[in-house]
Amino acid sequence: MPELLAVRDLHTQFFTRDGVVRAVDGVSFELAAGETLGLVGESGCGKTVTALSLMRLIPMPPGRIVKGAIMFDGQDVLKMDDDEVRGIRGNNIAMIFQDPMTSLNPVLTISRQISEALELHLKMDRSEARKRTIELLELVGIPSAKKRVDDYPHQFSGGMRQRVMIAMALSCNPKLILADEPTTALDVTIQAQILELLKGLAKEFRTAFILITHDLGVVAGMTQRIHVMYGGKIVEKADTGELFANPKMPYTWGLLRSIPRLDEHRKSKLLPIEGLPPDLIAPPPGCRFEPRCQYRRDICREQEPELKHIPNAKADHEARCWGTQEGGWLVATDWRREIGDTRVLEEIKQEVAQLPAEAVRAAEAETPPPPPTP
Amino acid sequence: MAVTPTDTEYVRTRSTATVGSGRNLLDVKALKMHFPLTQGIIFQRQVGAVRAVDGIDFFVEKGETLGLVGESGCGKSTTGRAILQLYKPTAGEVKFDNIELTTLGGEQMRRMRRRMQMIFQDPYASLNPRMTVGNIIGEPLEVHNLARGKEKTERVQELLRVVGLNPYFTNRYPHEFSGGQRQRIGVARALAVEPEFIVADEPISALDVSIQAQIINLLEELQDRFKLTYLFIAHDLSVVRHISDRVAVMYLGKIVELADRVDLYEKPLHPYSQALLSAVPIPDPAVESKRKRIILTGDVPSPVNPPSGCRFHTRCWKAQQICSEVDPEFIEHEPRHWAACHFPGA
Repeated sequence: MPELLAVRDLHTQFFTRDGVVRAVDGVSFELAAGETLGLVGESGCGKTVTALSLMRLIPMPPGRIVKGAIMFDGQDVLKMDDDEVRGIRGNNIAMIFQDPMTSLNPVLTISRQISEALELHLKMDRSEARKRTIELLELVGIPSAKKRVDDYPHQFSGGMRQRVMIAMALSCNPKLILADEPTTALDVTIQAQILELLKGLAKEFRTAFILITHDLGVVAGMTQRIHVMYGGKIVEKADTGELFANPKMPYTWGLLRSIPRLDEHRKSKLLPIEGLPPDLIAPPPGCRFEPRCQYRRDICREQEPELKHIPNAKADHEARCWGTQEGGWLVATDWRREIGDTRVLEEIKQEVAQLPAEAVRAAEAETPPPPPTP
Repeated sequence: MAVTPTDTEYVRTRSTATVGSGRNLLDVKALKMHFPLTQGIIFQRQVGAVRAVDGIDFFVEKGETLGLVGESGCGKSTTGRAILQLYKPTAGEVKFDNIELTTLGGEQMRRMRRRMQMIFQDPYASLNPRMTVGNIIGEPLEVHNLARGKEKTERVQELLRVVGLNPYFTNRYPHEFSGGQRQRIGVARALAVEPEFIVADEPISALDVSIQAQIINLLEELQDRFKLTYLFIAHDLSVVRHISDRVAVMYLGKIVELADRVDLYEKPLHPYSQALLSAVPIPDPAVESKRKRIILTGDVPSPVNPPSGCRFHTRCWKAQQICSEVDPEFIEHEPRHWAACHFPGA
């Protein structure tokens, strides 16, 4: 399949008073036309920053893309000037944001907001754009679209607003849609509606999707391939079936073990990932996951593993772990049965409980809450 | 009941010990909570009401966890607050250990609150940023005259240890902690007065996936250790299935189905429960590709002007004439399995 997008060694950093936050730290991946890719990870792992970097939407300052290349359709997005980027944004690459309330302009009607892109990119005139807007709203399942096109965002419910966002993203027939937690703010029954809609659209228009989420359930049914991110790096790449059947990275194991499943038969105890997410200003020198990993050995603290192919897995399955790589101690481990050294788990719990508060605060440095004024 | 941090053994007894014990800690009958809608500036006329909770019946047995699920705006949080009398219910009875709460006076109610506590959703908004952790956890001890001075400090340290935090963090402020740790502080505050009953209102929805499991496990451990009874409010059905003994499903101010967790998830009777369960994505592509999903059309109607008859009939694929005319009764269709539907079952 021809490559639509190739990201090479992307580094995006934020220069803050406390230090340099390495939000995205050497991310590389490819995407074929019409493919759906899941980017999974917890908050602060760099998945949203990756998406914003692709569209050059990183707020500068404090952010900056310091290194790397983003080849989209054969052109490097990072080398474009502002006008060229604007030509791509919304036109070839569109984005669906998490919170449909804050990402729509409350003082403009829906028709104005969708028509804007149509008039700008496709050079439609007003009445043409309006006609197309109504078509788009019908396409995403908004009832009596003709009447509702002149409503304001507050007159729509959360699910309907997300449909408007999707209509807006589709407006210029983009080749790639970045969906950043598109259903996180929605209720389950509405989430099911939106996911169904996205699935249908991806099939119909052969648009490539990058679906960014923390919910492994959502990506399981929606994507062809999944990249798991942790601490600003991709730690595991595999196709969707393979990732769930044969994960090869202790962090992925931890994620799968820590979520209760709706179809679990007996009541088993959850096995959480102990500890806290890494501090991206001063990340651990070795493997980013080492401080929370119950399978760790000395090498994990000393040297960072590379993302590479691993034994006992499909050809395109890669993981960033000393243990599961060729010659490692986890090559034959059955993650469902062997939960690792429980003494190490206790050790991690103790370490975190004793952690000075400064370290905890640093781990959360991305959204520092206001300090109390005594 | 004493908090003993030395007691580190973790034994699971709850699921067998409580079923059929027959002792209800909480009895709720025909509970209604309406919020008036008014018009006018000086002379406010009531023009309507948000019927957030509109006549619900259930009980919670001692030592069990009752899960309360539903979509946003269905009235589940309001139910929790109305039970604790944080809102004055519009009508109905709330009996806690056979004491009617709705008619209690201020001082009597304050004393009752020692036995019932709440854990809130947002660990960022529910802790006062200007108080130290020691003051936050120690305040309930002072309010209820349980401990003072040195004794109080020791109790606070003990509580911090119980919830898995460093006991010497008492002089820190909430902003110095991560979300998961803040939620642990909220749990410690609720535990401070040694309550019997805890309303946990979406205690994990604001947390990261890997941290959620830590808090779920903590709540389960505490329940076994201190023989707590939980009303666990959440919108995540997988989590509710995991933690609850019985589950109640709410829709637009009413409980539509109530059953033991296995019964509800294996053979739901109410169409809404069926749709809700089928909508939850399962983290397994093999299972996902085979599942049949019931996609509901439309949104939840407004609780100001709920549909006539069965409130779900506007979105229900089974709805017939009678559904829009007669509100179905909440009946026990099978032992310990209630549902409000004219056409229950598959």
